[in-house]
This record gives sequence, structure tokens and C-alpha cells, in this order.
Amino acid sequence: MTETIAVKADRLYKAFGRRPHELVKKLTAGASRDEVSSLGTAAVIDASFEVHRGEIFVVMGLSGSGKSTLIRMLNGLLDATSGSVTVAGQAITGISAAALREVRRTNISMVFQHFALLPHRTVIDNVAYGLEVQGMGREERLAKARTIIRLVGLDGWADSLPSELSGGMQQRVGLGRALAADTDVLLMDEAFSALDPLIRREMQEQLIELQAELGKTIIFITHDLNEAMFLGDRIAVMRDGRIVQIGTPEEILTDPANDYVAQFVQDVDRARVLTAASVMEPVRSVVTITGGPRAALRTMRDLQTSATFVLNRDRTFAGVVRDRDVLGQVKAGETDLRAIVRTDAISVNPDTPLVDLVEPSVGSDLAIAVVDEKNRLLGVIPRVTLLAALGNVSTNTGDVPVIEPAATISISVITETLRDTALEGADL
Amino acid sequence: MNDFRLPLGTLVEGFIDWITDTFGFLFDFIRAVFDGAYELVDFLLVAPPFWVIIVLSAGLALATRGWKFMVGTVLGLIVVVGVDQWENAMDTLALVLVASVLAIALSLPLGILAAKSAVASNIIRPILDFMQTMPAFVYLIPALILFRVGVVPGIVATIIFAMAPGVRLTELGIRGVDREVVEAGQAFGASPWRILRQIQLPLAMPTIMAGINQVIMLSLSMVVIAGMVGAGGLGADVVASLNRIDVALGFEAGLAVVILAIFLDRLTAALGTGDTPLGRIMSARKRRAQQALAA
Repeated sequence: MTETIAVKADRLYKAFGRRPHELVKKLTAGASRDEVSSLGTAAVIDASFEVHRGEIFVVMGLSGSGKSTLIRMLNGLLDATSGSVTVAGQAITGISAAALREVRRTNISMVFQHFALLPHRTVIDNVAYGLEVQGMGREERLAKARTIIRLVGLDGWADSLPSELSGGMQQRVGLGRALAADTDVLLMDEAFSALDPLIRREMQEQLIELQAELGKTIIFITHDLNEAMFLGDRIAVMRDGRIVQIGTPEEILTDPANDYVAQFVQDVDRARVLTAASVMEPVRSVVTITGGPRAALRTMRDLQTSATFVLNRDRTFAGVVRDRDVLGQVKAGETDLRAIVRTDAISVNPDTPLVDLVEPSVGSDLAIAVVDEKNRLLGVIPRVTLLAALGNVSTNTGDVPVIEPAATISISVITETLRDTALEGADL
Repeated sequence: MNDFRLPLGTLVEGFIDWITDTFGFLFDFIRAVFDGAYELVDFLLVAPPFWVIIVLSAGLALATRGWKFMVGTVLGLIVVVGVDQWENAMDTLALVLVASVLAIALSLPLGILAAKSAVASNIIRPILDFMQTMPAFVYLIPALILFRVGVVPGIVATIIFAMAPGVRLTELGIRGVDREVVEAGQAFGASPWRILRQIQLPLAMPTIMAGINQVIMLSLSMVVIAGMVGAGGLGADVVASLNRIDVALGFEAGLAVVILAIFLDRLTAALGTGDTPLGRIMSARKRRAQQALAA
């Protein structure tokens, strides 16, 4: 299993001050951060995590939470006071400066908040910098840098100086420099924080595309929760030097580890983070298409709903039948539900963000069906559930009754019809 | 209380005596080297006819700042010739060049060391304070004892007096380089030497050049004082005019110093910004070549 882990941090501590080791000893003994403040500052306390190969791992926290210190320990720019860091299976804590440089050259590169380009070098020389340090010949590295420049969308700017570029373009150079070095792991320290919102969004989308194309392992630092939620496969939330929760964006949002995280995530744009799968309810009102109208009617009566979902024999989603139609069919003595199934019911796949469910939900009084790629019905999202999820009313959906459109035909009518037709009908 | 006296002066005198006795051969060697360097530079400046030097200076002026500076340089140097101070001025220039080059050669490594190590910085800084604030004449006394009358004590005193801003501004420049850019070098696995050469020195260059400019200006002011110990050049005439209360000679020699000073100051200041006419031509040409390569 170890080969799937790109970066591993084990009980990392970093303290600044005159006696950092003593400070860490007290922290491990259980002292709080404030109690040891006279000895110095504890920037990172007991951080342990594993980042899998090909994953975007986001470390999120406010300024002063220790996230920048943490990322700098992952490539040895800062020495850990205690604990260990492993990159690509090789420990980088406590190794010689030369060995550390070799790890940085071959395994791990970095993108900086303020770009940190070499201002006296052209774009192409900046992009080729990592290769130059690796000792690659000039022609070869410029050729490689040229393909990278194309990849990050800077065609035609190769011979410009960084000062001639806008902020977004400068960060493309920064990203290109890290990509050109061709390391498996990319550290990104607030890489998009200095960019204005529109450019930031564009860069985030491009990063995801690049990551899908190149399969890099990315460790991304940010103070912006929406950015974290958008980019992260998993997110580590930091507070006062400690990692308070590690989880997928949805786990963080729907199951915050403590009040701090809960407070933090309340401002997040939930509609873009939560997916249909995370809020859908189990289907109750469902019949198979071969069950016939009487079974459908009985289900609707028992659950007091005006419609029920219909499945084909192979359990795939067929559509919806309405109580009026079913009642009519039963009265007329017909037995084939196929005739009245409405196939215009809205179905979505589980990964659809909630933001895309609002409009369909407004246009229909029926719950939205969630189906997988084989068109099997996984669950439903009634309008109330959607509203509750967006408004963060309750994250506990266990015992909340599913409120579906109320029955439009009274129970007594249904019961009567069922009794009247019981003798002529084929099914009881 | 009247009997109490710190024997600092006597102690230093004894120390200098001890050095002279023990390391005499070393100082003789330094004397020979400095003297040789000075004679060589002086020969190069004095041997050709004055107009050759003026043409060369004008060319340098044109390349670094443009035609206005060139005109000013030519006019200024013609004035120096006109007041009959040409040979003295060239002697002084040779002295300044030798002393500045040596001072810069010493101060750059010291400045880099001070920038890299807090300990070195804490040791070097008070020494620099001492060197800079000690009245310049005082250096002449031990220099005179160690190197005897002539050009060499002048050069040595000048180096000591002038190197402080070189060290200080080199340290300041390197420490002032954006931390993130240095981190970028480290993050890509560059060695400290490569980071110094490719990132810190180029980015600190404007500040370092300001330091070099200061070194040259201080050298020039000290070289005049060095005239008192027989260093020759314009300084000798200034000292002579002081002794004879000769206003005319004093003004002419002083004016020649001012002209040299302005020339050297503007020249090095232009080099410090890195934005010279010659530089612009070169970078444009380089860029065209790269574009041609890319196409």
C-alpha cells in the first residue's frame, strides 16, 4: 500500500523561539498552546496525515493557523522540530542538505503565493529553472519549457519578462515552472490568493484540468473555504497549529468535527459543494411496472402521496404515475401501468451539485429522482429536502419524514375503489 | 583622579610596533604589490596623450548615460587640462581605481558573509562603525609606519576608510531580496552557491552598485587626504596650497577633484540602475536572437 502514498506526515511539530525542543516536549506532555507561549510559538502541533498519489489535498485555515509552516516542512524549507515527513517513501527529516536538495529536484516542487519568479529572467527561463537546477542542457530544457508554456496557456509570452505579465499570467509561469520540473508532488502555497476572483476561478478550473491530465499529487494551502471545497479531494482544516478535521468536502460540510469547523463552513456556498447523492432520501413510494395499478394505488394510499415512482423489471427507473391516472385505470379495469407512466419525471446523476437541482425542482411538484449510470433509482430529493440542505436546517436526515406532495384524492375514495374492483381485478 | 589615565594610546602604539617587527616582511610584500598595481594603472592613464583618455572617457559616458553625459565629460576633462592639472588628476584617478577595486574586492565577500550569518554580521558591524567614524587622518599614522611614505599608505588608509559602505550595502541588498524568491530557489533544489549567484546577487545588484558608488566617492575624498603622506596627485597640490595659502592653486586642484568626482559618480550610478543605452541595445539584440531561435 505504501506506493500509493505520496506524502506522509507523522506527528509533526514546529516551534519557533529560543527553546523549541523544550516547548514541544511540554506540548506532547499535554500542555496547551497558550501555556507554553512564554517559551516561544508553536506553529504546528501534532500534524499527521497521508496524501495519496494523484490526490488534491487541501490544507485550509485562517492566517496564523500554521498552514504555511506546515507546507514548508513538507519540502524541508523549514526543519520539523519533531516528527517525520516522508516523500515518495523517503524520509526527508533529518537528512543531509545535499540529499534534501536531491529530493526537491526530483520529487517535490512548489508554487508560491506571490509567484516568486526570477524578475531578471524571461518567462521561458523561469519555467526552465527547475530543469536548469537538475542539470539539463540548455536546448533540451528550453524545448521542454516551451511545451509547458503551451500547456499553461502562455503561448507567445516566452520571451517576456515577468514584470510585463498580469498577476494571473505570472502565476501561470509559477505553475509552469513547477510542472516543468516534472515532480510527482506539487506544493501550492496560497497559490491563487493574490489573484482577483474571476482569474482565481479560471486558474482553479485549469488546475483541476491539468491535474486530471497529468495526475500530479497536489497539496494546496488556502484560507478560502470555497476554494478548498472546489479543489479538494480531501481537506485538512487547521486551527491554532492543530489539524482539527480531515475529510472530503462533503464530510466537512455535513459532519463538522467541532463548533469551529461548523462555524467555518456555514458561509460556504453549499449549493456548489453538496451533491445530489449527499442529500437524497431513500425511496419509499415505489412500485415495479409489472405490479399493476392496484398495487400502485395501495402504495400511494398507505404513504398518502399523490404519485409513486415506477421501476422496470430490471430495477431501472421507468418514471412516475399519478394517483388520478392510476385511479382511472383501476376503475376502467385496465392492468398495464405502462400506459400511464409519465417518463418526463426529472432524474439526475448522484454527482450533480445542488445548485443544478434548484431550477428543475421549482418546475415540478414531484421529487427529483437520483439515478446511477445504469439508470437505477438510488434515491429521491423532494423539494423540502433540497431547501433544508441549502439552508443547513438539519444535517440529521434519519427520522425526518419524507414530505411528498400530499394526496390529491382522499383515502376513502381510494379504499372504496379498491374494494369495488377487488373481484373483477386480477390482483389483490 | 588626576593620576588616573587609560593607557589606550600607548597600548595601540606598542601593538603597531610589535606588528611592524613581527610582520615586516608581509607589509613589504603588500607594499610591493600595491605599489606595482598603482604604477601600472598610473602608467596606462598618464602615458597616452590626454585626448586619448578624453575620447575613451567620452565613449564610456555615451555607452552608460547618453550624449548629454558625454558632452559634460568632455567639457569637464578639458577644463582639467586647461588648469594644468591633467597629470595630477590621472595620478589621483589611478589611486582611486586601485583603492576602490581592492576595497570592493574585500567588501563584497564580507558583505555576503554578513548577509548569510547573523554571527558574522554582529561581529562585522561594530568594526565597520569604528572604521567609518574614526577620523580619517588617524589611519594615516599606522599606515605611514607600516608602509613608509608614498602611495601605499594612502591606498591602505583609503581602503579602510572606504570599504564600510560596500560591506553594509552588500549585506543590506542581499538581506532585502524577496524571501519567497530565495525560497523558490531552495524549493527547486538549487545549492546555496547557485542561489547566491543566480538570485541573490542579481536582485541585490542595484543596492550593491549603490555601495560601490559610495566606495568610489569615499575613496576620492580620502585620496586627497592621502596627499599628506606623499601619495601625490591632486591631493599633493591641495596640501601644498594649504601650506602656502595659495587660493589659485587650491581652487584649481579642488575643481579637478570635483570634476573627477562627478564623472565617477554619474558613471557608477548609471551602472547601478542597469538601464544604460548600451544595455538596452544588448538586451534588444539578445531578445531578437531568442525569438529567431524560437521561430
